[in-house]
Amino acid sequence: MEKIEFDYPAAKRRITKRAHVGVVGSGDLEILLEPSTTEGAHVSITTSVNGFRDTWKSVFDRFFSKFDGATSIQINDAGATPGSVLLRLEQAVEVIEQ
Amino acid sequence: MSESTFVPSFVNRRSFIELDGRARAQSLLDEGTGKELVGPFDRIESPWLPMQDAVPQADDGCIVMKGRTAGNPAVVISLEGAFQGGSIGEVSGAKMTAALDLATRDSSAGISTAAVLLLETGGVRLQEANLGLAAIAEVIASILSLRQHAPVITVVAGTVGCFGGMSLAAGVSSYVVMTREARLGLNGPEVIEQESGIEEFDASDRALIWAVHGGEQRVGMGLADALVEDSIDEIASVVRRYVLAGKPAQHRSEQVPLYRERIAALDTSKQIDPLTLREQWVLRDSQGGAR
Amino acid sequence: MSEYVGLRGRAWFRTLTGNDQPRTGDPGSVLTADGQVGRETAVFLCVVPNPDSRFPCARDGQVGLEEAYALANRIRETIDDDRDKPKPEKRPIIAIIDVKSQAYGRREETAGIFLAAAAAADAYASARMAGHPVISLVAGHAFSGGFLTHGYQANRILAFDDSGVTIHAMHKEAAARITRRSVSDLERLGHQIAPMSYDVRDYAKLGTLHKLLYVNNPIEPTESEVFEVKQAIADAIADARTGAEDLGNRLNSPAAKETRKASRTVRALMEKQWVTV
Repeated sequence: MEKIEFDYPAAKRRITKRAHVGVVGSGDLEILLEPSTTEGAHVSITTSVNGFRDTWKSVFDRFFSKFDGATSIQINDAGATPGSVLLRLEQAVEVIEQ
Repeated sequence: MSESTFVPSFVNRRSFIELDGRARAQSLLDEGTGKELVGPFDRIESPWLPMQDAVPQADDGCIVMKGRTAGNPAVVISLEGAFQGGSIGEVSGAKMTAALDLATRDSSAGISTAAVLLLETGGVRLQEANLGLAAIAEVIASILSLRQHAPVITVVAGTVGCFGGMSLAAGVSSYVVMTREARLGLNGPEVIEQESGIEEFDASDRALIWAVHGGEQRVGMGLADALVEDSIDEIASVVRRYVLAGKPAQHRSEQVPLYRERIAALDTSKQIDPLTLREQWVLRDSQGGAR
Repeated sequence: MSEYVGLRGRAWFRTLTGNDQPRTGDPGSVLTADGQVGRETAVFLCVVPNPDSRFPCARDGQVGLEEAYALANRIRETIDDDRDKPKPEKRPIIAIIDVKSQAYGRREETAGIFLAAAAAADAYASARMAGHPVISLVAGHAFSGGFLTHGYQANRILAFDDSGVTIHAMHKEAAARITRRSVSDLERLGHQIAPMSYDVRDYAKLGTLHKLLYVNNPIEPTESEVFEVKQAIADAIADARTGAEDLGNRLNSPAAKETRKASRTVRALMEKQWVTV
């Protein structure tokens, strides 16, 4: 099990809602997305698959290149693919932008 | 000239099984009445899983939603089958017991509060062993307390089914609702094969599995109350019906003389044909069935 | 370890009641007898191995269909007989536990052993809720479905403190296979993680046990040891009578306040968030 953290200080847009999507099932993940308590966005990942920090970084670099919400994102992951991660992130964003 | 087009019901039927635990819970409460308690954002996770390099889930695989069903106060407790096989750990078990006890408190004070249990579970979470087992004993106790005042309705929809210690929770419930896909039993086929050999139970024999544990068999032999399609509307409708019916005159698990007699009458010299139990226990029963 | 399963249960049942035969109509695996505890009569129940069982998978001390319904019947009989007695006079029910497991068989699954187990748990809980003090004495093994059926609904649980006593959800070998670990790894894990331990002293840390009892030779206890055990049962009965008829005491024990913090947090938070109606 590995814990990974990232910061995206440029993501400053104020967010008022929170979202929870997904399940910690094989090949899936859960995301808790909330307004950030500090400036910028913070990502905290707990994953059952070790050694993929770079992959997570590129997923989130990509995500935050289009999304600028000041959010605190917590992820509990059980081996989701980058595609699934982005899908779940999009679902979470859809909930807060409703 | 207009022509009515026949649309088979399954075309419009929305699958209950395809919903995750949270969505299942929501689907059974009256619109706008559901409030999740001790939800993921409260972050009460398993203290024991991270010690074993297992990723926890923020709600520990148990969703508690308070609201109304058919206008009546109700709490839905839903196990997430995709997380650790829906198994019971310290936290998920504690959430179930707490919700049942609070429903009992309200019911004793005159506000009858039914509980709906969505059981997709293999039983005790092995990584929490004795705390999972203790929690299940406490869940059973709390169901037995609540059902004196208000109905406890168990729904087993699949695909995990309801096995292990939690099958006793189903057994003490007021009503049990099952789909055909669902299975209910104390020990699953793999466990029987492991413990007693492949002759006793071939876990790869799917027809045998559903013949013994499947929803159609359990309802057919009188050990469950309603067989439903995998349909959100139908399941919600049946649950509402049981909430409105209230607690039954006698619970199945109280009918000891009846079941002692049935077990004594079994021919154990060979394996028991499940279909004959439908015959003997329900179809022929002049007393009006197993309820 | 496992060669004594069932022996310790029978030995203690005989020691405490002077009896070791099933009552008429009960299977050979279920022993029921009255026994004196302090100044009152208690009903003792025990499940023991029965090699002549009609059910091939229930011959080694497993709790099967006949066992579960026989227990339920004897308990309900006790409740009925004492129905008109005031609470302080309702007879205590003492479950002596030394069971290998639940019965793992196709006949059992076909005939609905889940309901049989539920019926026994229901009966024990009903007795407790009616005011009968229900005490469990774990004399040997208490596993999984067997323990849920026979003993886990008690007001107070006592256990002997020795390596022949194991309370757990699954036997080591099976648990090792399923979690893909070696048995020694599992044992090691149990030392770090109390709920996974096979050691009854670690089980005691969980807070559900009322008392650990020290007996030098559990198969052949001395007279004074038997006296002490009877006293411990009497004390547990008295303690049960001062408390509530639910299982709330399990979370309020000193050990539970240490080891089951998450359970207590859940209860407090849910009560806070609960909406009536």
